[in-house]
Amino acid sequence: MPRLALTTNYAVAHAAKDSDVDVVAAYPITPSTPAAEKLAEFVANGEMDAEYIHVESEHSAASALVGASAVGARAFTVTASQGLIYMSEVLYIASGLRLPIVLGVASRALSAPLSIWGDMHDIAPLRDAGLIIYFVSSAQEAYDTVIQAFKVAEDPRVHLPAIVDYDGFVLSHVTEPVETIEKEEVLKYIPKNITWNTLNPKKPISMGTVGDPDWYYEFKYQQQVAMENALQVAVEADEEFGKMFGRKYGIVEPYCMEDADIAMIAYGAHAGTARVAVDKAREKGIKVGLIRLKLWRPFPSEQLKKLLEGVSVVGVLDRAMALGGPLQGPVALDVGTLIATKVPGVKLVSFTIGIGQRDVRVDDLVKAAEMLDEVAKGKEPPEKTVPIGLRE
Amino acid sequence: MSTTKLPGWRELPEGAVVRDAGNTETIDVSGWRVFKPVIIDEKCTRCRLCWIYCPDGAILEIIDEKAKMGKRYEVDYMHCKGCGICWRECPVNAIEWVPEER
Repeated sequence: MPRLALTTNYAVAHAAKDSDVDVVAAYPITPSTPAAEKLAEFVANGEMDAEYIHVESEHSAASALVGASAVGARAFTVTASQGLIYMSEVLYIASGLRLPIVLGVASRALSAPLSIWGDMHDIAPLRDAGLIIYFVSSAQEAYDTVIQAFKVAEDPRVHLPAIVDYDGFVLSHVTEPVETIEKEEVLKYIPKNITWNTLNPKKPISMGTVGDPDWYYEFKYQQQVAMENALQVAVEADEEFGKMFGRKYGIVEPYCMEDADIAMIAYGAHAGTARVAVDKAREKGIKVGLIRLKLWRPFPSEQLKKLLEGVSVVGVLDRAMALGGPLQGPVALDVGTLIATKVPGVKLVSFTIGIGQRDVRVDDLVKAAEMLDEVAKGKEPPEKTVPIGLRE
Repeated sequence: MSTTKLPGWRELPEGAVVRDAGNTETIDVSGWRVFKPVIIDEKCTRCRLCWIYCPDGAILEIIDEKAKMGKRYEVDYMHCKGCGICWRECPVNAIEWVPEER
């Protein structure tokens, strides 16, 4: 297991290489570009036995991968921001065709105003596209999760595309030590078994058919069932990864939740900041814990329910704004639904942080914990999302 | 909605693929037509343009020793959707465009 100093972009490229990806089609976009470049370098150097398709857009990149996956190739790309949104039309199709493509997304803000900096505005609208969505919090986790994503995506109970989302710049450009795994070992974890429907001249099928009102509904329902299955498959994939390689993460990661009366939910790199804030708030006597959301789709309702049953208030730290919604935080909206249907009585506070890569400071999150503490002690929770770090 | 019993979601193939490729041959699309092409054999010069242009392969080339130049053309009305391309392309107006009456 070579230990390398890698940015998350490079870690993701290494994971694709070590997963023996067959086809990469990528179009460079900040902050994911170094990952696309690294993959091109691997292929050019002969370190990776893959076809690298140079495309004219992200729409074409996703389309090329649909074709590649449709003939049974292990297919991978990286993108961000406008590129992900431009891909999204095709990603819905990849999901509907049940093709297990894996994407690395270095999350970045969306224009306008133009921002090359990090937040989760690009991944947020992909929530309902029928893709498995992981958030990671380190380069090592990104590496491990790309490999796990292939495991889940290609499982016959699932057959759906998957995204491994990592914060632009905050993770994508930060170098960390990463334990990589030899390809032969990775392939024992994710052997190349083509279990999804593929195009084969010896056994012809038609793909991309029309679903008229007599048929469409049933196929959409199949996708929903596949998503529901993906939850258990993701848990198993993580367990098996842990047994084979010694690292596992869980699909939700609790911290100091055993005796917590207050929960904060965070995802991505800023879950690390929130962890420090929890320590500091605990020093002030606030009984707060942290739940890091690793898997967003499918939504780990049962796992979160168990963690939220003991708390009186939950604060969700979102890095995107679902404009015009009842709350702005995309994950806060999910947690609100979870509370209403499964854990009634828990109060909810929605926060936005790190929008357009606005600094997220530990003290800001300690203040958030203090606000949650007041709600726990009886104060009415704010009706609207609380924007942390916004200038008045 | 159809009144016939259709398969439920558990019975359908993943990703809406059609496993018996080429099965559109079994599907009657004559109901799509508002107009139908009718070939006037006496006018036909056997240029083959209708046969080439038809997007659904619904112009049939029939080898027939008794016919002019040893072949003739017929419309496969089960698969003709009535798009009118053959009628539009025929250089000698040997195809008439006749309203469907049902």
